[in-house]
Amino acid sequence: MGGRLFKDFSFFSATLSFFILIGIFSILFNYAQEALHEFGVEFLWSEIWEADEDDEGGVFGGYIPIIGTLLSTLIAMIIATPIAMGIAIFLSEIAHATLIKPVSIAIELLAAIPSIIYGMWGLFYFAPIVQASFGGQGVGLLTAGIVLAIMIIPFMAAITRDAMNTVPDVLKESAYAMGATKFEVIKDVIMPYAKGGIIGSIILALGRALGETMAVAFLIGSVMSIPSRVTDPTTSIPVLLANNFAEAMDLEMSAMYYLALILFVVSFAIISIAKFYFLNNKVKA
Amino acid sequence: MNRLLLNKIVLFLSTLSAVIGIGFLFWILITLSYKGISSLSLSTFTNDLVEGGIRNLLVGQFTMAILASFIAVPIGMFAGIWLREYSNNSRLANVIRNLSDIMMSAPSIVIGVFVYALFVAPFGTYNGFAGVIALTIMMIPIIISTTDNMLSLVPKELREAGIALGGSKHKIIVQIVIKAAKVGITTGILLSFARIIGETAPLLFTSANNQFFTMDLSGQFPSLTVSIYNLATYPDEASRNLAWAASFVLTVVVLMINLMGRYMTRNKK
Repeated sequence: MGGRLFKDFSFFSATLSFFILIGIFSILFNYAQEALHEFGVEFLWSEIWEADEDDEGGVFGGYIPIIGTLLSTLIAMIIATPIAMGIAIFLSEIAHATLIKPVSIAIELLAAIPSIIYGMWGLFYFAPIVQASFGGQGVGLLTAGIVLAIMIIPFMAAITRDAMNTVPDVLKESAYAMGATKFEVIKDVIMPYAKGGIIGSIILALGRALGETMAVAFLIGSVMSIPSRVTDPTTSIPVLLANNFAEAMDLEMSAMYYLALILFVVSFAIISIAKFYFLNNKVKA
Repeated sequence: MNRLLLNKIVLFLSTLSAVIGIGFLFWILITLSYKGISSLSLSTFTNDLVEGGIRNLLVGQFTMAILASFIAVPIGMFAGIWLREYSNNSRLANVIRNLSDIMMSAPSIVIGVFVYALFVAPFGTYNGFAGVIALTIMMIPIIISTTDNMLSLVPKELREAGIALGGSKHKIIVQIVIKAAKVGITTGILLSFARIIGETAPLLFTSANNQFFTMDLSGQFPSLTVSIYNLATYPDEASRNLAWAASFVLTVVVLMINLMGRYMTRNKK
């Protein structure tokens, strides 16, 4: 008796994540209907976001937050990828055994710091530095991109290190025996062997950067304008949602759901690609 | 280029990357401690937000995270048990594993929007329940993944010994398998708790925030993280200092729980 109930409840729990995901998709899709009908696909490249005086209607296009999301993520990826690879190489190939543990813990703690702390710190300590070195107002694409990079580095480094650690020692030792340098072993033995895991970790980090809200909310400037320089303020989908979702009315609210739907579908697709094509369930995200 | 030189350059750059990573950790922790500790006083912990303290915020944040854990831990553990002990690694089990991992990486703000549509909009008011549900959704996939992984480490022989003793399947799971994986699962629970207690985005328009002390989950509920976001953007010095104090306390809590979890697994080995 109890065994049957136990099994049934565990099956029910397991299927719950499936239903929650379906639920998220259908709720977002359902509430986005009004905007989907009104603006269609053109929503993606329309720049105007303006509510009418009476708050009932207006013209809404997602171009600015979409571009802002993509650009801040791009900056973050360009900065984070080489540094994360470097850290992973350091941890798996260079560091002396006594150093591996403390450095790993430090990197994991960096990953554990809540994103709102990164935002706060970035706003008061990092934005002024960016302003002094590159001009602009301090907050903007570049600042958001750099702090976003700091946030995803530990995550990317940890998965890449795990992938690199799966390379059998025999392979590396044979290469060393042939007189290869450490760099040659990394380039010609480790990288090809761990390729899937490394690309997978980069894509997972990309998905994380796209959806990051709080750190970016402090730093991107939150203005509805297209950036012409890299230091210009703009906005992103999560930031627009964080700041304006709750106050939006009717059609604008529906346009917000549309943006949330886009973000959800894109990150769903990105994570699926990373998992199915590159990670093969060998490396845990 | 000389290959030995190239080798040296690459090794130097990799080491430099690690130094940069650790450098940022210390930079953030040091500025946070400096600003946080200088803004902290005893009254910060005894006053509510309305009087310039964080008492109600701490209680609110912990209440929501603990309630979310009460829902997410059993569900996530049962799901993990099904995946590892009952599914026979069927196709369905793999689909569920992947979906759960996808859910783990879903943008937290989207989960906030989803919960808003279901549990805030229909009632016309932000409420603590919605905040708890949003955090629960964030936590479930993490617990599933930990339980699944930890159970996979339990040797098959232990289960077989249980069967030989004539134990029924669920008794074997509860009394032998889970017991063997106890430390690992507890660590996973602590780490996921540390993760959700620092979440802001899913709470912004679910629990929202409350300046006063309350335990009533049917209305706006005090949140430490949402308060930090609000306070940091106020122009006055006092609000900013309170935001630093709150950030410091939050980071200490998160890192302590994290280290505690890691320490437990280390002792085991």
